[in-house]
Amino acid sequence: MSSTTAPRGMARLHMLANPGRFMRISGVVLPWLTAAALATLAIGMVWGLWLSPPDWQQGETVRIMYVHVPMAWLAMGAYTGLVALAVSSLVWRHPLADVAAREISPIGAMVTAMCLATGSLWGRPMWGTWWVWDARLTSVLVLFFLWVGHAALTRAFDDPDRGARMGAILALIGAVNIPIVKFSVDWWNTLHQPASVTRLDSPGLHVDILYPLLVNALGFTLAFMALALAATRAGLMERRVRALQLAAARKVDVAPGATP
Amino acid sequence: MTRKRRRLYILLLCAIGLGTATALTLTAFQDNLVFFRSPSDIIAEAPPPGRNFRLGGLVEQGSVQRLTGQDGRPQITFRVTDGNNAIPVQFSGVLPDLFREGQGVVTLGQMGPGNIFMAREVLARHDENYMPPEVADALRRSGHWNPASGDPPPAGQWNTLEPRRQGS
Repeated sequence: MSSTTAPRGMARLHMLANPGRFMRISGVVLPWLTAAALATLAIGMVWGLWLSPPDWQQGETVRIMYVHVPMAWLAMGAYTGLVALAVSSLVWRHPLADVAAREISPIGAMVTAMCLATGSLWGRPMWGTWWVWDARLTSVLVLFFLWVGHAALTRAFDDPDRGARMGAILALIGAVNIPIVKFSVDWWNTLHQPASVTRLDSPGLHVDILYPLLVNALGFTLAFMALALAATRAGLMERRVRALQLAAARKVDVAPGATP
Repeated sequence: MTRKRRRLYILLLCAIGLGTATALTLTAFQDNLVFFRSPSDIIAEAPPPGRNFRLGGLVEQGSVQRLTGQDGRPQITFRVTDGNNAIPVQFSGVLPDLFREGQGVVTLGQMGPGNIFMAREVLARHDENYMPPEVADALRRSGHWNPASGDPPPAGQWNTLEPRRQGS
């Protein structure tokens, strides 16, 4: 390991890549993370769906935002995470990064699908259409296909390492789509409105709408992390079971009497 | 030097190459990536007659007229403006709920006789501002904003406003 030569912060990050250590730490963290996600989501949902005011022009429909916007942020944020996993897989060959990337992509695909579905349900009453091919909507659809493609590609090879390599390359190529999703509403004119929260001047949301949105975004992010962690743990255990089965099969092979 | 370092550099080079290629492609297709064209675009470069395109902008204040067409169907005319130029639009059909004067719209159709845009579809385009009805009322009453004239004032002026505390 070159972790002795790497800077201390990097070394700490690489330490987590040890599967045994990861299992131990994540086993402690996971219940707390799940509880925090459920509690935050409970507060956020009651606040967003009942206590917060309607919008002056969109009325009650604006409440779709409390699911749609966190899903959109997660779809992009998680893909950025997938890109980081792909880099650490290709450069440092961390086995944990491969497992995590393989397990994260179905969750990412689900989140992006939720973003598209809630956006469509919101677009119909407000814009007057379920779907248009403007730059924002199309680039998010491409993001969805990237997630699904990554999930399929990593599982398409008999050799899991080969699948992981191919998936990492796809994830890196797809990274160009992330700035396109983010800035599509600024670079080109679209039916979708520009960003309300992440912009240079103050957010275009009244605090009575902004605060429940931020609570829900935090809740969904924690829930995503808990799901990803649980799935990665399951993936690691799966690998360990397969390794044990292989070892057992090999032992039977070399046992006396079984030799050809 | 090490193999890890070399793999990192190769990856960085690929990223730069891919990024540049994407940026060049997107710049080349800039004109095709717009969802709609503004009245100024149309006046500067009129599309050939019979060609469908999308016209977008704000519904001009005081321009909406609801009529009944020759076939007895409700017909609506309004002007779409981008501040510099305006194009009259004619449409018969169901309008989205958000349609009003000062609202953004994207219309699909083609130029008809007399330079009137004959729309087949009208979509509403709302801005990126969200506020409770009381706050919008307070802004309107205090004269800071007339929704028919366009977008609200900068968000910093109203996004922490508590209208109830001001005693209406």
